[in-house]
Amino acid sequence: MDATEKTIFELSATGRKGFRFPSSDVPSSDLPESLQRKDLPLPQLSEVDVVRHYTRLSRLNYSLDNGMYPLGSCTMKYNPKICEKAARISAFANLHPLQPIESVQGAVLILYEMQIILQEISGFPACSLTPAAGAQGEFGGVKMIAASLRDRGETQRKIMLIPDSAHGTNPASSVMSGFECLAVRTDERGNIDLNDLTSKCNEQLAGIMITNPNTLGLFDENIVEVIRIVHQAGGLVYGDGANMNALLGIVKPAELGFDVMHFNLHKTFATPHGGGGPGAGAICCTEQLKAYLPGPIADILEEATEEVPPLYGYRMPEKSIGMLRSFWGHFGIIVRAYCYCMMLGAEGLRRVAEYATLNANYLMEALKQDYPLPYDRTCMHEFVLDVKWPDAPGIRALDVAKRLMDYKFHPPTNYFPLIVHEALMIEPTETESKETLDDFIKAMKSIAREARENPELLHQAPTETPFGRMDEVKAARDLKITE
Amino acid sequence: MFIPHTDADRESMLAAIGKKDLNELFDVVPEKYRFPKLNLQPGLTEPEVTFLLDEISTANLSLDHTACFTGAGAYHHYIPAAIDNLISRGDFYTAYTPYQPEISQGTLQAVYEYQSLMARLTGMEAANASHYDGATACAEAGVLAYHQYHGKRKKILVSAGLHPHYLLTLKTYLQDFDGMQIECPKATSLDEISPEKLEEKIDMDTALVLVQYPDFFGQIQDFSELAKAVHEKGALLCVCINPIALGLLKTPGEMGADIVVGEGQPLGIPLSYGGPYLGIFTTRKELIRKVSGRIVGETVDNRGQRAYVLTLTAREQHIRREKATSNICSNQSLNALTAAIYLSLLGRDGLRAVAKLCYDKAHYAAKEISKIHGYRILNQRPFFHEFVVSCPQPPSDINQHLLDHGMIGGYDLSEEYPMLGNAMLIAVTEIINKEDIDDLCEMLKEGEHHGRH
Amino acid sequence: MNIHPNYFYSKNDEWVSVEGNKATIGISDYAQDSLSDIVFVEISVSVGDSLAAEDNIGTIESVKAASDIYTPVAGTVSEINNKVVDSPELLNRDPFGEAWLIKLSSDTGFDTSHLMDADAYRKYCEDRG
Repeated sequence: MDATEKTIFELSATGRKGFRFPSSDVPSSDLPESLQRKDLPLPQLSEVDVVRHYTRLSRLNYSLDNGMYPLGSCTMKYNPKICEKAARISAFANLHPLQPIESVQGAVLILYEMQIILQEISGFPACSLTPAAGAQGEFGGVKMIAASLRDRGETQRKIMLIPDSAHGTNPASSVMSGFECLAVRTDERGNIDLNDLTSKCNEQLAGIMITNPNTLGLFDENIVEVIRIVHQAGGLVYGDGANMNALLGIVKPAELGFDVMHFNLHKTFATPHGGGGPGAGAICCTEQLKAYLPGPIADILEEATEEVPPLYGYRMPEKSIGMLRSFWGHFGIIVRAYCYCMMLGAEGLRRVAEYATLNANYLMEALKQDYPLPYDRTCMHEFVLDVKWPDAPGIRALDVAKRLMDYKFHPPTNYFPLIVHEALMIEPTETESKETLDDFIKAMKSIAREARENPELLHQAPTETPFGRMDEVKAARDLKITE
Repeated sequence: MFIPHTDADRESMLAAIGKKDLNELFDVVPEKYRFPKLNLQPGLTEPEVTFLLDEISTANLSLDHTACFTGAGAYHHYIPAAIDNLISRGDFYTAYTPYQPEISQGTLQAVYEYQSLMARLTGMEAANASHYDGATACAEAGVLAYHQYHGKRKKILVSAGLHPHYLLTLKTYLQDFDGMQIECPKATSLDEISPEKLEEKIDMDTALVLVQYPDFFGQIQDFSELAKAVHEKGALLCVCINPIALGLLKTPGEMGADIVVGEGQPLGIPLSYGGPYLGIFTTRKELIRKVSGRIVGETVDNRGQRAYVLTLTAREQHIRREKATSNICSNQSLNALTAAIYLSLLGRDGLRAVAKLCYDKAHYAAKEISKIHGYRILNQRPFFHEFVVSCPQPPSDINQHLLDHGMIGGYDLSEEYPMLGNAMLIAVTEIINKEDIDDLCEMLKEGEHHGRH
Repeated sequence: MNIHPNYFYSKNDEWVSVEGNKATIGISDYAQDSLSDIVFVEISVSVGDSLAAEDNIGTIESVKAASDIYTPVAGTVSEINNKVVDSPELLNRDPFGEAWLIKLSSDTGFDTSHLMDADAYRKYCEDRG
């Protein structure tokens, strides 16, 4: 049976009316004809059409409210509904960013308090909530390093070291800030290779971008030494905080020696992914770098007295790298993250890291009997399998991933990190129950059996979903991106 | 708080992995740094956090019952009820990026429809799945222009009519990057912000010319001649638009723009104190491979069904890495969905209607304000729903008076644009009533009579 | 895997075939196979351009990867293969023949001393796996 849904253009009918506005209560004014557009090719639909169309579309989606997403590096944890309600409070949602500051004190307070919370969790003394996403946080952080080196007169430092396990945004952000990227090897234990690192530390070194735990889900056993080596060579250390879920209450990255770090509110702090966005990022940093933070930053402009509460407002850090986007940041997302943090408190945050790590290790222990595990040591919140079966050579990570959908699971991250060729990166998060994990283990074991007994099931998968494998070549060759 | 494990679960799982307690999972962390104390308040239950947030929210003045005459890049429009109803569906907002198209057709088709709507709205041929906001969309246009000329053209020429935050963002992205220079010719009056003044400065080193339509001060200008001048010198023209205005106005596509960017917040997205918003990005089809960000394309699946999929992914950072044209990873998917639903609900006639209401109400307000002694409208050219008012006193004093009476005045331009004097930028949308405008005028007269210092 | 016996090869998997003062450049079978289904070809140089060895001449994009292409030898661009730009799938079908990318001319001939011959290239590919 055909699962396709018509487009809004196909559903449109001339003369159909949807939303109505009240008639004008003011006289009509003329717009010069030369400035008017001639036609407006938008569809015409009734409200029923629109509601049914989007409702039917939503049913074609898998979602977190539906089932687990064991997606490594994404931290797809449950999105609390109270956070959705919080963001919709009218006095948060219906506020203009440029209202007089005295009429938005509650909003600026939330921004300020969220900065404090992130500073406390990370151990850094300063924070900016202006980045619109993790990648923007990265770009901002790397630019801060560039600005700091420029001020120190050290513009010969052009090389940014990037572990070969890193996410693609790391080198992309570095290049955008004017650096050249040089890869640093990961050794057989999943740590940064200290010899390789040392050989690449010289006077051209600007710094290193480290994800810890890394994209293999492993906490670097030599992290303090790695950071010391880079600092000694005069470089700065950037922390990609995408994997912060494993570190909440377990270690403060600033104490390990990181200089600047970004966080993803839509990962660690449970804000919804929305089908691909919006997310929100944050940048935290040391005393030495805080003048470079992107702004404006929320701050207390006048301290509280006995009679009045503090006056909240904004300031631009003295040597700020500038604005990353308009206005103050993704306030709507930050409200959700703030609500989440307030509900968890110190104890709750630590439990997140504990149970995220427990869940990952539980899965790893169960699955390593059936799937090759390239790095066999206690993992943090995620781990990587390598789908390389000598007795089922035709089966690749992609086939396992697609077959999982027939078992009603979203596949794990695949083909990342690049250093594991048939990688399946699995991160269950702390909000998945033992029952769900056991079901996942059963499914994965079953697929491992099918790979030997009936590989066609994997090659043809998914067959139980509304849609099957896509012709991606056709999509790129016969490019059609608008109707 | 959202962790489902029972004590029995935990114990059985620890046994399965051979650890005696949870702490043992973190032996790899150097002892010196392990388990720091987090100095945070104890966690709250749902009723407690609800109370806390309600309390905090009382320190904010929502626009529910307050007329707001500030625009300047974010606009208070009516949001149809069906929108929140639909985007609150868990299958939309708790879904991940559609990397597995077989189980993500909801998101993929909705974004494809959004792309199509943006292309039609702006009169262009291609669209991406969105950038973060209008400011970053401008920055990405600059990045595109940089790559289009392989870094050989170093100049980006920007109109003084561009939103100041957008100019700052563009500078953060590109100023001094590989020698790029962002030039923004100063204007001492609204009149001086013109395509002709920009034309004079275009040369063979110009990669991109960036203008806003309507501009930050509300002015509408035709850029067709500018487009010709830009193309004569082999450069690209980017027009930054307001999507509601395009319900009425001639499209940048018709004028000859190469790239169109803009802020999509007016399309059903709550003001939300400044974000998250929606960066519209459309182009001529020849430029599509230089466009950053996600793009959804049509295809078929292995059962012959029409379907949608993320395409041209080889351009993106997760594949090209340091050779990617930009580092952008996400799009504003849920906001793109919101915009698509808004335009679907309003349709052709509804968008025209809301644009005309904004236009008419703004012109009524301008007429009435100009009748007040001491107030003068500075806009000589046609404007859409925003205009600049020269005031007899500092705008901050006037706005204080307005706020005391439960109204939010226009955006104070006097600090950032001192050459305009005591000027205020007033926006009027369809949500403002005639009574609100009449009340505003009453209070402006009042304030003037009281002669505030 | 095909390797044309008379061509020279670069480490970046481009091939060059020399005939007097004309050279033709393309990508090898190994390259098209690694990229898999090719969906787009961009030639960024124009006829008349003077190129040095290892100058970037364009990009080839498939569904899962994108590769920059460089000329292995110096010369002046004399022809561009528009057929392959219009039909990128040609590169998967006939990388050594119909799907050549550009032709160069040079009065002083071409320096192929730094390139691999067919045997050396075969070994290079085998070592990479």
